[in-house]
Amino acid sequence: MDSMMENIYLGIPLASLFGAIIAGFFGAQIGRKGAHGVTILGVGISFILSLVALNHHVFNGAAAYNDSVYIWMVSDNIRFEVGFLIDNLTVMMMSVVTGVSLMVHIYTIGYMADDLHNWPKESLAGTNSYQRFFSYISLFTFSMLMLVMSNNFLQLFFGWEAVGLVSYLLIGFWSVRPTAVYANLKAFLVNRVGDFGFILGIAAVVMYTGSLDYYDVFAKAEVLSSQTMSIFSGTEWSVISVICILLFVGAMGKSAQIPLHVWLPDSMEGPTPISALIHAATMVTAGIFMVARMSPMYEWSDAALSLIVVIGALTAFLMGLIGIVQNDIKRVVAYSTLSQLGYMTVALGVSAYSAAVFHLMTHAFFKALLFLAAGSVIIAMHHEQDMRKMGGLKKYLPITYWTSLVGSLALIGFPGFSGFFSKDAIIEAVHHSTIPGHEFAYMAVLSGVFITAFYSFRMFFLVFHGEERMDKHTREHLHEPGWVVKGPLIALAIPSVFIGGFTIGDMLFGDYFGSAVYIADNHTGLAEVGKHFHGAWAFVEHSFAGPAIYLAALGVFSAWFIYMKQPEIADNMKNRFSIIYKLLDNKYYFDDFNSAVFGAGSRNLGDRLWKVGDMMFIDGLLVNGSARLVGWFAGVTRRLQTGMLYHYAFAMIIGVLMLFAIGLVI
Amino acid sequence: MIGLTSYLTLGAILFAISVAGIFLNRKNIVVLLMCIELMLLAANINFVAFSHYLNDLSGQVFVFFILTVAAAEAAIGLAILVTLFRSRQTIDVEDLDTLKG
Repeated sequence: MDSMMENIYLGIPLASLFGAIIAGFFGAQIGRKGAHGVTILGVGISFILSLVALNHHVFNGAAAYNDSVYIWMVSDNIRFEVGFLIDNLTVMMMSVVTGVSLMVHIYTIGYMADDLHNWPKESLAGTNSYQRFFSYISLFTFSMLMLVMSNNFLQLFFGWEAVGLVSYLLIGFWSVRPTAVYANLKAFLVNRVGDFGFILGIAAVVMYTGSLDYYDVFAKAEVLSSQTMSIFSGTEWSVISVICILLFVGAMGKSAQIPLHVWLPDSMEGPTPISALIHAATMVTAGIFMVARMSPMYEWSDAALSLIVVIGALTAFLMGLIGIVQNDIKRVVAYSTLSQLGYMTVALGVSAYSAAVFHLMTHAFFKALLFLAAGSVIIAMHHEQDMRKMGGLKKYLPITYWTSLVGSLALIGFPGFSGFFSKDAIIEAVHHSTIPGHEFAYMAVLSGVFITAFYSFRMFFLVFHGEERMDKHTREHLHEPGWVVKGPLIALAIPSVFIGGFTIGDMLFGDYFGSAVYIADNHTGLAEVGKHFHGAWAFVEHSFAGPAIYLAALGVFSAWFIYMKQPEIADNMKNRFSIIYKLLDNKYYFDDFNSAVFGAGSRNLGDRLWKVGDMMFIDGLLVNGSARLVGWFAGVTRRLQTGMLYHYAFAMIIGVLMLFAIGLVI
Repeated sequence: MIGLTSYLTLGAILFAISVAGIFLNRKNIVVLLMCIELMLLAANINFVAFSHYLNDLSGQVFVFFILTVAAAEAAIGLAILVTLFRSRQTIDVEDLDTLKG
C-alpha cells in the first residue's frame, strides 16, 4: 500500500510536468488540439491522483507521509533532497491547486481561441502561442505542486522560484505589449526583494539547525527560541524571530503584502486565465501556505506574529479602498485579491492557521470564479476591460451573471456561502486573539468587510445592471462564450457556495489538520471561537449577533444606492473628497515612491558606477592606465637604443665586466 | 724563459686595444672587423699560453678551430660590407643606425 501511495505522490507532479514538456517542446508538431489535450490529460491525472491522496489521508485517516524520493547530494552533513511531506494540509492544497488548474485549463480553450489577434501579423513570437500558453500553465501546476508537497526548504525554494518564473513568463505572455513587459519585469524585481529575505531565512535555518528537513527543523524550534544572535555588534536578536520574519518577507513578496504588493495589480496585464489561476487562486497563496506549514516555528515568535498581523491588516484595509476607485474590471478583482490575502495574513498572525488555510481554499474557488467570469465578460466585450463602457450585461450573459453573483456573494461573506464561513471565522479569531496588534487588525478587518461588499457590488452593478454604455458595434456582437467557458464557471460556482459550510466543522474546529498545524497553548484566538461552535448552521445564526454581516449588507446597499439610484453621488463624493480620491487613484503613491526612490536611485547608482567605477577606474585607470604606463616606460627606454654599434658593444663589455666582478666578489 | 704572466699580459693588452678600437672608432667599419679579429687573437694567445703551461694540447687544437672560424667570419663580414656599401654608398659607422629605437 505504501509503495503504491508513493508512486501516486510521484505521479501527481510528474503528470503535469509531462503535459508541459510535450506541449512546450512539440507544440508545433501536435497542434492546438494536441496541446490542450495533452496538458488537460496531465493535469486531469494530477487532479484525480490528488483526490486519491485526499481520500487516503482524510477519509481513510492514513498517517502523514514524510520521505525523500531522491537524494541530490550530501554536503557537510546537510542533505539536499527531493522529498514529499503529505498530510492533510498538503492534500487539501494539492486538490485545490489541481482542481482550479483543471478548470482554468478547460476555460483557456475558449479564452485563447483567437489569440492570434493579439499578435502583430509579422511577429514571430506569436507562433504557436496557444500551445506555449498551455505548456506554461501546466508547468505552473507542476511547480506549485512541488512547492506544496515539499518536505524540505530546498524543494520549497525550488517551487517558490519556479512559480515565480512561470508567473513572469505569463504576465509578459503578450511580449509585444510594452505594458506587459513592464509589468512582468516589475513582478520579477519585487519578488526578488521578497526572495532575498526568504533565502536569508533559509540560510539562517541551515546555519542554526544544520538541516533543511521540515521535521528536523521544527523539532529544534524550541531550542532556537531561547537562542540569540547579534546581527549588528551590540544588539541581541532572538534567532527564531529573525528566521520567521525573514521567511515572512519572502511570503510578503509572493503573497503581495504591503509594501511588496505593487506587482500584483500590474500582473493583470497577463491573460485572464492566468490572473485567475496564478494571481488569485494559487500562487499568491503560497506565502500563506508556507507560514501555515511553518506554524511550529512561528508559534515561538510573538514578534513575528505581531508583525504579520499588522502587515496583513494594513493590506486588507488599504488595498480594499483602492478597489473602490478602479475602473478596470480585472483591477477591481485584483485589489480584492490583495485585500483577501491580507485577511489570510491576519489569520496567520493571530495563530488561526487553519482559518487562514480555510479562507485560502474558499477564496481559491470564488476568486477563480470571479476572474473567469470577468474574463467571460472581457471576451464578450471584445477585450474591453473598462467598466464605464459596460452596463446592462445581465440579459446578454445570463450564466456569467449568475455565477458572478455567486462569486460576489461568497466574496462579501453572504451567510451560508463559503466565503462567509472563512471570513467570519477569521474576524472572530482576531476578535478573541491576545497577540499585540490584534485590536488594530480587528478594526481593519471589520471595516474591510464593508469595503469588500461596496467595491464588489459596485463592480457587479456597473457591469451587469444599469444603462448599456458600450458602443453599437459591440452591443450587436454581445453573446455568451461557449461551454468551455461556461462549464468551468458553473463547476467553480458549486464549491463557492457549498464547500465552506461542509468543511468548516472539520477544518477549523475539528482535528482535520492534526499535527500539520501547531498552535501554542497561549494563542487561543481560534480555540475561543471553537468553544461557541455548534455546527455550520448555528455559526450562521450566531453571526447575526456580530457586526460583520450588517456591515456587508450596508456595503451592498451603499453600492446599489450610489451607483444605481443616484449616480451623481459618486461624482459629488469624488469632488468633495478629491484629496482622498487622488490618494486612492494613485494607489497611495507606492508606485511613484518606488520609481522615484528605488528606480531612480538605482539608476543613479548604476550611472555612478558606470561613470566612476567603470569608465574612470577600470577603463581609465586600470586598462588604459596600464597601457599608458607601458608606453611611457617604453618611451624612456627607447632612448637607450641608439643604433650605434659601439654603444651596444660598450654595454656588452661593461656587462661582462660586471659579471666578472660579481664572480670575483662571491 | 718567458713566464705565463707575460703572455697573459700581452693577451690582455691586445684585448684592451681591440675593445678601445671598437669604442673609439666612429668612422670605418673595416676597423671594427679588424678589432674583432684582434680580440680573437688575444684569446688565442691565452689559449696557447695556458696549453703550454698546463702541458695540455687541446688548448692549441682550440686555437685552430678559432682561427678557422675567424677566417670564415672575416670573409662573411667583408662580403656583408661590400653589399652594405652597394646599398647605402657608405661604410661610415655613424650612418649605420637602423637599430635605433
